[in-house]
Amino acid sequence: MTVETIVFVILAVLFVGSAIMVITRRSPVLAVLYLILNFFSLAGLYLTLQAQFIAVIQILVYAGAIMVLFLFVIMLLNLRDEERLTEKISVRKMIGVGLSAAVLLQVLYVLGFSGSDLPVRDVARAEELGSVESIGKALFTDFLFPFEVTSIVLIVAIVGAVILAKKKLD
Amino acid sequence: MLTTLVPLIVLFPLAGFLFLGLLGTRIKNETVLGLIGSGTVGLSFLSAAWIFLSMLAWDAVDRSFSVELFPWIASFTGTPSSFSSSFAYRIDQLSILMTLVVTGVGFLIHVYSIGYMQGDRGFWRFFSYMNLFIVAMLNLVLADNFLLMFLGWEGVGLCSYLLIGFWYTRKFDVGGYKPGTAFTNDAAKKAFVVNRIGDVGFLLAMFLMFDRFGSLNFDSVFGAASVLSPGNVTVFWIALLLFVGATGKSAQIPLYVWLPDAMAGPTPVSALIHAATMVTAGIYMVARCSVLYALAPDVLTIVAIIGAATAVFAGTMGLVQNDIKKILAYSTVSQLGYMFLAMGVAAFGAGIFHLMTHAFFKALLFLGSGAVIHAMHEEQDIQKMGGLKGAMPVTFWTFLIGALAISGIPPLSGFFSKDEILWKAFSSDYGSPILWFVGAGGAALTALYMFRLVTLTFEGESRYDTRALHPHEAPKTMTVPLIILAVFSVIGGFVGIPESLLGSNALEHWLEPVFRPANAKLALHPHDPELIEYVLMAVSVSLAAAGITAGRTLYLKRKDLVEQLQALFVRTYKVLWNKYYVDEVYDAVFVRPTVRLSESLLWRGFDVGVIDGLVNGSAAVTAKLGQWLRRIQTGVAQVYATVFLGGILLVLTWLLFR
Amino acid sequence: MIDLHTYLGLSATGFILGVIGVVTRRNAIIVFMSIELMLNSVNLTLVAFSSFLGDATGQILVFFVMTVAAAEAAVGLAIIIALFRNKQTVNIDEINILKW
Repeated sequence: MTVETIVFVILAVLFVGSAIMVITRRSPVLAVLYLILNFFSLAGLYLTLQAQFIAVIQILVYAGAIMVLFLFVIMLLNLRDEERLTEKISVRKMIGVGLSAAVLLQVLYVLGFSGSDLPVRDVARAEELGSVESIGKALFTDFLFPFEVTSIVLIVAIVGAVILAKKKLD
Repeated sequence: MLTTLVPLIVLFPLAGFLFLGLLGTRIKNETVLGLIGSGTVGLSFLSAAWIFLSMLAWDAVDRSFSVELFPWIASFTGTPSSFSSSFAYRIDQLSILMTLVVTGVGFLIHVYSIGYMQGDRGFWRFFSYMNLFIVAMLNLVLADNFLLMFLGWEGVGLCSYLLIGFWYTRKFDVGGYKPGTAFTNDAAKKAFVVNRIGDVGFLLAMFLMFDRFGSLNFDSVFGAASVLSPGNVTVFWIALLLFVGATGKSAQIPLYVWLPDAMAGPTPVSALIHAATMVTAGIYMVARCSVLYALAPDVLTIVAIIGAATAVFAGTMGLVQNDIKKILAYSTVSQLGYMFLAMGVAAFGAGIFHLMTHAFFKALLFLGSGAVIHAMHEEQDIQKMGGLKGAMPVTFWTFLIGALAISGIPPLSGFFSKDEILWKAFSSDYGSPILWFVGAGGAALTALYMFRLVTLTFEGESRYDTRALHPHEAPKTMTVPLIILAVFSVIGGFVGIPESLLGSNALEHWLEPVFRPANAKLALHPHDPELIEYVLMAVSVSLAAAGITAGRTLYLKRKDLVEQLQALFVRTYKVLWNKYYVDEVYDAVFVRPTVRLSESLLWRGFDVGVIDGLVNGSAAVTAKLGQWLRRIQTGVAQVYATVFLGGILLVLTWLLFR
Repeated sequence: MIDLHTYLGLSATGFILGVIGVVTRRNAIIVFMSIELMLNSVNLTLVAFSSFLGDATGQILVFFVMTVAAAEAAVGLAIIIALFRNKQTVNIDEINILKW
């Protein structure tokens, strides 16, 4: 086992484990914290793929901004009673879990049977790609237009959020 | 030059109709409206007269030509079932004569209407309808094919409907022992529906023509028909079905019932549409299709019998009516019967001749009656008139001329045309003494009821409240047309003085080229003047004179005799007064069963049961299905997500294991 | 050397865990977090492909996904706030009026 494999296994276990914790916690606050852990492990996985920029952004935007927003909302709503929301096991949920498991099995089945002609990773190339320089170049040249459009998306989202969260529409 | 003039004949009144119909309501000045309404018809008359005068100078072969305005319908061109019809007008001796009558008499009646309709709320509407009627009527007479003719045929029917019901808020007396009144709209609907029955005949005839001859053009149809042998079953049915159409439009037995009720319309309408022009459309159509009738001698016999029967039948009903316009209406039906009698004995020229003279004197009589009604403040019952001679001399004298003309007193126009018909009914290869006898009897009846009308209206004591009512002569716009029409009623017959009276029978010679193919098929034997012709002439004139004398004596001096006669023939009188109960019979045999059938079977059974059942049933099924299917929509997003997941699984499975 | 399969399998596992969260949980906020989980699992797939195929497009796409996720989080949380204000609950079993 190389160091790399060990690191990957640790991160993968963290990733799956925290994900399971997210969907099983009764308290939303706990779920948020596990989700942050999940995002950190994901950032680590990005690093094993030499995607440094994405890894940093993952922590800054997701773990930093979005999750804080979640926590803020949970605190704001003051969901004390909601914490005791008991989860009932129903036929519908069983079916949902069963179907999900079936889909996962199918995907894993496909992956297990795919051939040996897989692309081989060129670490140096990947390192070059994942750099801020390379991503920045791509964003401001080939993807300039979609990049600018995201600004409109964000503006609309802000306006929409403000309108929705207002007490009364007038 | 002349070919551009032809469409103008129709376009002038069309422009008048459009102008009055679209802008008439904004123009408040009746003089302007009346000038536009009658002026356009006058211009149309001038155009037709110009063409006529030019035609006089041409050779007979050049006098017939058609002008195509534009291709109208062209379908399946190049295939065996191709059908094409163009918007084409035909000018020939017959159509130009009809055009002159329609526009000439029409113009005079339009002028008269300016006075008659004065102050009416619908003044502009009246003139726009009248102009539309002239357009449709000209389309009918000028058409170069049956389809265009049918367009005019339906157009005049529409205008007739609109104008009978013109005073849609008024009521009128349906006559008989039913003093109950009906709305003018009912009369309009009756006219429309009865005409529609005839139109079905016309339509079927057209279908048959198209099926057998592949065209509706006059020349093609007549050409294709003339190779067939006389008595051919196809031609028989075409001719018979066309005649069914003619009985509807020209108010013959059995479809005459609408015309007396049509008198609910304004009097100029009765004069123009229900006396002078529209009702003669059937005569014109038979004359136009003379070739077809020549090939179907059996139909000719039917036409003659129907015509003669109508002439007498309507005359007897006219004898006892008290409504001034109703009497004239029955007289019109009767005179149209004469025209059909002429058609039936293959005297096409004589029929058209009577059509023309009848247009003059019947229009005159109707307009005169309109003047009387006007003076009597909408009173139409002749029993409540009398002694109007002094108050309205112009109306009286012109009316008298009209009455003498229709009675057939020489040398007025009616004498020549009626005598021509009677002589042909007697002498023609298709005529018979019986037809002559019936016709002559009808002529005596005509004289009798006309002079009953004249005497009761204009002579004797005044039977109205002389303190409340002061009848006065009609205005100039009304009397001048009366005088002109009176002049034509006198001299109109001179174009057709027969050879036996040392005339030249100019009209018959003028029309001869049109009827030549038919006459050739019929192989008629020309008759030289014979003694019997003079004898018959003398008999019919003396019958008319006897009728006149009887009418004057009975209703002026010997009123007691009238009452005695009424008492003696009380049952006959009752039957006549109730118009032979024909309306009642039709009501019981056709109208009520139809209404009952429609109500019980078609409405309650088919419409409510089947149609509504299907509609409501499918709605109910959909609703039930929806009730059931909407359970799928739980509103819980997670259920949708689960179903979504199932879909993904299915797609993946299919991709993996296909 | 970890191969592409491992990353993809890991990503699929994360995604399905998100799906299970979405279809089973009653708390709207946790459902929302499960959606974030699904989005991130997809991001892992994209980065893995980008890295293994030597093409930057995958990482650019991840960047855009994150932007959209941020916008979605803002709007989604606003909806939850509005919902809670009206119904005093974030239990999505009770938010089922969008039917019939």
